[in-house]
Amino acid sequence: MLGGKFDRGEVTLDIVPARISSVCGYLKYDQKFARLSSVTAVDRYPAEPRFEVVYHLHSIERNLRVRLKCRLPGGDPAIESVVAVWRAANWYEREVFDLFGIRFIGHPDLRRIMLPDGWEGHPLRKDYPVTGSRV
Amino acid sequence: MSGSALPPNVTAEMAEEQPASGPRRMVLNMGPQHPSTHGVLRLLIELDGETVVRCQPDIGFLHTGIEKEFEVKTYQQAVTLTDRVDYLAPLSNNLGYCLAVEKLLGLEIPPQAQWMRVMLTELTRLNSHLVWLGTHAMDIGAMSVFLYCFREREDILRIFEMFSGQRMMTSYFRIGGLALEPPRGWAQRVRDFIGRFPGCIDEYEDLLTNNRIWIGRTRGVGAVPLEDMLDLGVTGPMLRAAGLPVDARKDEPYSSYDLFDFEVPTRTEGDVYARYQVRIGEMRQSARIVRQAVDGMPAGPWKADAPHVVLPDREKMKTQMEALIYHFKIVTEGFRVPEGEVYQTIESPRGELGFYVVSDGGVQPYRVHMRTPSFGNLQVVPKMVEGALIADVIASIGSTDFVLGDVDR
Repeated sequence: MLGGKFDRGEVTLDIVPARISSVCGYLKYDQKFARLSSVTAVDRYPAEPRFEVVYHLHSIERNLRVRLKCRLPGGDPAIESVVAVWRAANWYEREVFDLFGIRFIGHPDLRRIMLPDGWEGHPLRKDYPVTGSRV
Repeated sequence: MSGSALPPNVTAEMAEEQPASGPRRMVLNMGPQHPSTHGVLRLLIELDGETVVRCQPDIGFLHTGIEKEFEVKTYQQAVTLTDRVDYLAPLSNNLGYCLAVEKLLGLEIPPQAQWMRVMLTELTRLNSHLVWLGTHAMDIGAMSVFLYCFREREDILRIFEMFSGQRMMTSYFRIGGLALEPPRGWAQRVRDFIGRFPGCIDEYEDLLTNNRIWIGRTRGVGAVPLEDMLDLGVTGPMLRAAGLPVDARKDEPYSSYDLFDFEVPTRTEGDVYARYQVRIGEMRQSARIVRQAVDGMPAGPWKADAPHVVLPDREKMKTQMEALIYHFKIVTEGFRVPEGEVYQTIESPRGELGFYVVSDGGVQPYRVHMRTPSFGNLQVVPKMVEGALIADVIASIGSTDFVLGDVDR
């Protein structure tokens, strides 16, 4: 863990990207966070490290939510997959892969989910234009 | 925009296995134009006779890049985008987004606006459940239920129209309160409807609850163990039908839900019939909440006292310099939201709807992520239908109650 903050009633923990899988395993099995609400990302372009991968965890038993955050560099961003911890991560990671171009290492089925397979670029990146057409 | 086609190797891989696994295997491509998928869901189903061996959903046909669009709208403009995500529950989406931004702003919403929001969100839940019940029953062959449900849905849409001028894309909740003052005579209109509605639920139940064909088609169908559902990200009525009384309105109350008296219906069987019973129970509870809201509606302002966010009254603009300046600034530029990030969840008709809003201190959201319940719930479909009969696939996906706009965004 790199740090954390408590803001507007919500807990955010910064995690070293290489340890995300084991941290998630600990939170699920020892801290009873049975649910993974979502996985998403934020592009901080042009700042470095450019990407933040954000995990929202939910413990029904303890009625508690926590947000995990991993920062990744802009060049070929990749992070360990957490599908082995929660199967729910499967589609969420595919979505982040599709729209941000972040690879999830160890994901069983990493391909685009929203856009066609031949699509160029990753629309939710900040350097991807909102309008316009390909020449 | 066309959705993602499965790569050829997946289809080929499925076909290749055929000789080894017996001559009766075939791959069936259900959708994206199949009427029972309620939108454009494509299911790739591998069959052994009539039994489903493997199922692979393919989504993305309705992807419209709404999350990208948020980043070029001001905070207030973006409310209109939320309507179009889950188009059967627009007010739930409005509410989730507004609450998230209000949390970032630290705004306090006056009681009348909060109660009005509760009332209209519960009417939205009724609206959504009625569409679900009608189409779900029609999928299974009970044609007339559809007509009954849409009769009441029409009344609800008229109420929405009375409030907002729109039947479906209402955008009636705004950051800081409501878009317009509640219309004259609204209380009588809602009271009339809600007085009649429990009797209508009895009618639906007369048609279905003890209907032998309905029971035969739904009981014991599509059951998934609770642990699998939790692990796969399922929320909402599906979880409650499997015995877990989890409901954000009770667990993490928002918008004064803690002041209302209602129950969270649950079942333990976890099959299609149990989901039907849970949703019928929810409709009765929603009607209860609406009635409490009409009877106890607090008086007072319907928008927050925050001149830098909420547009001033027309009358003030004509008499006060400050009001005119604020109006000009909000309309031309928008309002700034302090830096930070929030994740706000609400209980939408389909389950946990979460808005993750990141602000960089500007007038437009830096990033908005929608954790939509349909996307989470759809992941359980393969688990639900594998090993079952092809005819039960329709009943199973109907009971999931997903909206493809909510899945693809």
